[in-house]
Amino acid sequence: MDLILPDFGLLIWTSIVFGLLLIVLVKFIWKPILSAVNTREQNIAESLELAVKTKAEMVALQAQNENILKEARAERDAIVKDARETANKMIEDAKSNSKSEADKIIVAAQQAIQAEKAAAMSEIKAQIATLSIDIAEKIVKSELASDDKQKALASKLAEDINLN
Amino acid sequence: MILKNTIKSIFLSILTICSINSAFATEHKEKKEFNVNEMIMHHIKDAHEWHLWGPEHGGTSIFLPIILIDGGLQTFSSSNFYHGEMKTTIDHATKSEVEYLQGVGPAANYALYHEKIYKLNDGALSIEDGHVHGNTKPLDLSITKNVMSLFFGATILLLIMGSVARFYKKNGAVAPKGLAKFLEPIIILVRDDIAKENIGHLKYKKYVPYLLTIFFFIFFNNLLGMIPILPGGANLTGNLTITMFLAICTLVVTLASSNKNYWKHIFATPGVPVALLPIMIPIEIVGIFTKPFALMIRLFANMTAGHIIVLALISIIFINQSIAWGALSVPMALFISVLELLVAFLQAFLFAMLSALFIGAAVEEAHH
Repeated sequence: MDLILPDFGLLIWTSIVFGLLLIVLVKFIWKPILSAVNTREQNIAESLELAVKTKAEMVALQAQNENILKEARAERDAIVKDARETANKMIEDAKSNSKSEADKIIVAAQQAIQAEKAAAMSEIKAQIATLSIDIAEKIVKSELASDDKQKALASKLAEDINLN
Repeated sequence: MILKNTIKSIFLSILTICSINSAFATEHKEKKEFNVNEMIMHHIKDAHEWHLWGPEHGGTSIFLPIILIDGGLQTFSSSNFYHGEMKTTIDHATKSEVEYLQGVGPAANYALYHEKIYKLNDGALSIEDGHVHGNTKPLDLSITKNVMSLFFGATILLLIMGSVARFYKKNGAVAPKGLAKFLEPIIILVRDDIAKENIGHLKYKKYVPYLLTIFFFIFFNNLLGMIPILPGGANLTGNLTITMFLAICTLVVTLASSNKNYWKHIFATPGVPVALLPIMIPIEIVGIFTKPFALMIRLFANMTAGHIIVLALISIIFINQSIAWGALSVPMALFISVLELLVAFLQAFLFAMLSALFIGAAVEEAHH
């Protein structure tokens, strides 16, 4: 029967011990433990959040990097293309310039040749004329050296005129 | 630090009061029949000595100090009873012989009958139908086996939890190591699955320290009860006084934190016709007390039953007086002991969880 009857002395001791235990545990033990656990849990939650955020930022950054890279590549291509075009143009220009110069030179040379040729021809003509006159003079001189010859010539000339 | 020293000195003083007797049995020639019932009851009940080994009377035990308030404070060792005179008297009702221990020395005026101390009337104790009649019972504040076990349990709890708290104080909010690593999941279990789940995330914080205290108090003392030798062996959480005290604590916390909504549910239960209220109100009022009452009985019955089963299984050997029966009774006792380890945790968990549930019902806001 006394198994199921509360004992007053034990009750007193229990309330003293449990009361002290409760005070000590609450003040000096549960408080630091719970606060440390809570702080850590908060830290973990914050760190996880930060990690997610950082990951998203990394993705964004990567995308940005890729864009920059793409732009840079496009710019490089454009620059190379431009340079090639400029070079081609320069070559073309140089080619066309040199051709026209050459043409000019050729034309000038031809003109000079023509002029020289004309000058030479006229000189030759003049020489020929002088020579012809000299020859003619000599011939005339010889033709007209004697009277007979003068008469023969005159008659011959006269004949030519008649024939005409 | 001061607190630790104080606890230490209290314990040392208690231990010095206790005198250890290692002298073996001297007489008791008559061979008594092995009484299972008596042995089990002796083990699960409180005592004024801590029996270690040897026969029940005259074996080796630690005699605990007796503190009586009987016209002033009286303190002496319980060896004054256990080494006192074994007297017999005639039960007035059943006409059979009953034995009691009469004290010697400072305990000369007192008698110990069924571990209760009575004042003698002219050197006699009158017993009727197994109960003492006519003799007064002085207020017994002795450090009994259960009180001693209570001290052990509280000290172990403080030492273990103190080292966990020191770890966090020293290292801050870091990943737990050692003892903290082992106990932190249990602390979090109490906080999240017991307190937060049953009280609600708005108000649970205030009750976590209380719930942690009752959980670990019950858990540690349950486990201590599983150890068959000192400092274990006392059936503390299987003692009705302890479970009653814990249940009263929960009742007080519940009532102290109850709000208007809680009392409205008792005196004007929503949805109940007015005509039924005269029936409902008494039921609800009784309900306030049946809840902690159930807590008290549940823990007491579970722990006592566990001790009884283990002792009964071991007793098989002694009933049959053959060690061969150990092949049967030891594995069975082992099985029950392992089961009791689970029960030790489960009952602590249940007590804390139901306490949280009752507190949760008391602080719940109306949301109909």
